[in-house]
Amino acid sequence: MKFVHKLGVIIWKDFISEFRTKEMILSMCLFSFLVLIIFNFAFGLSSNLDRGMIAGILWVAFVFSGLTGLGRSFSMEHDRGTLPGLILCPVSPWTIFLAKLIGVFLFTTVMEIFTIFLFSVLYNTSVLPFLSPLGLITFLGTLGFTAIGTIFSAISATAKARNVLLSILFFPISVPVIIAAVKATDLILNGKSFQMIFPWLKILIAFDLIFLLVSYLTFEYIMEE
Amino acid sequence: MPRSKRKQSGVLPQLNSEHYIEARGLTKKFGYKTALRDVDIYLKEGDSLALFGPNGAGKSTMIQVLGSLMQPTSGRVRIAGYETRRDRQALRQIIGLIGHQTFLYPQLTAYENLKFYGAMYNVSRVNDRISEVLDIVALSDYRNDAVENFSRGMQQRLSIGRAIIHDPSIMFLDEPFTGLDQQSREDFIKLILQFRDQGKTVIMASHHLHLGLELCNQAAILKTGKIVYQSEVDRIPESDFQQIYEQQIGEKVLPLKVA
Repeated sequence: MKFVHKLGVIIWKDFISEFRTKEMILSMCLFSFLVLIIFNFAFGLSSNLDRGMIAGILWVAFVFSGLTGLGRSFSMEHDRGTLPGLILCPVSPWTIFLAKLIGVFLFTTVMEIFTIFLFSVLYNTSVLPFLSPLGLITFLGTLGFTAIGTIFSAISATAKARNVLLSILFFPISVPVIIAAVKATDLILNGKSFQMIFPWLKILIAFDLIFLLVSYLTFEYIMEE
Repeated sequence: MPRSKRKQSGVLPQLNSEHYIEARGLTKKFGYKTALRDVDIYLKEGDSLALFGPNGAGKSTMIQVLGSLMQPTSGRVRIAGYETRRDRQALRQIIGLIGHQTFLYPQLTAYENLKFYGAMYNVSRVNDRISEVLDIVALSDYRNDAVENFSRGMQQRLSIGRAIIHDPSIMFLDEPFTGLDQQSREDFIKLILQFRDQGKTVIMASHHLHLGLELCNQAAILKTGKIVYQSEVDRIPESDFQQIYEQQIGEKVLPLKVA
């Protein structure tokens, strides 16, 4: 129970801080808005866009906007000088990691809901018929890239060129998750059967588990060093 | 020659089971820079140690290594029977650290900050304890104000509150008087004396020779990461200690008295 309580307390602290500054959520939503607008200018107001293109546009917006939030997750603690205070608390590093992951995951999910809504409006395309499977794929894809991104955010938080470092570390490792998410989204939007989507779903689940396991094994070392 | 014999020292500590804090052969390197070199510290429960030294001598590194915030490159630290490498969580429950940074969340109020740290340290009846701590640091009137609106001195006072919220038995103080006005400094001096009276163990890094010698029963001088002098305070008059400090460090020390 202590674990759950402390987990909740760290998330509560991050949410209160974020709701008072709105730094992370605003920057994520603004970035996503810009991505959609730019693609909208490039492809025009057409509802006949290639479905593969739609999947690509959505995941470019999700991942790049999510990365701006990931970058802030630990760097905010570092910039405010609160990271040592958090490390000094009698709490397992895994609790800190999970709390940070849940926080970033929830903020990213809010941004993704905003993005999907905005996408429907700007591209005159309804995603309502695909909402459940799209939600599942978005959940798994987001979990994967936020899990590994949270680790890299902690590694790069104290670096001078942390945004560059985060991008260099993040993109090569997260590629399997992003490719699987884009492919699965494409198949869903094209109305393909669950059997065709399932292999990509398995890849997503596998990488989510691998990233969470790697995080569990390495986060203590990262925090202490 | 044994390592301890190489130190110029009034009292040479010997390792035994009575030691509450044992730090043996501590070395800390940052890349090519060595911040601590083969440092030994032995303190009994209730002892208070003042660490003196010029900027860059390794005082803050020493506090951070002892406080489990940083792992030594080599050597070991054992506090109250806990190894800093192995038993970090249990150890962190009994230590309080006041450093250069306040560790406070600027967007949260004083109450919310203490509530957060109180919950992290499993403080029971946390609201009562927060009221008590806010009284101690004279910030009860500001409990619902955001920390970002506090002056540096108020933040430092709240940082003291943060460090004592869980009533730790060991206090690590790294230049604790920085940013405090005269009244706050006097209040904090009383608080440190209370820690001593309550039998808490205190390790304080400071530039203030007078304050350090007044508040602690042991004193050590660090120079380029090594302890070059260590003694019990009552064995040596302040003026002699000042002379030793100047000889060891090679700098004149202005007499610093509590105003």
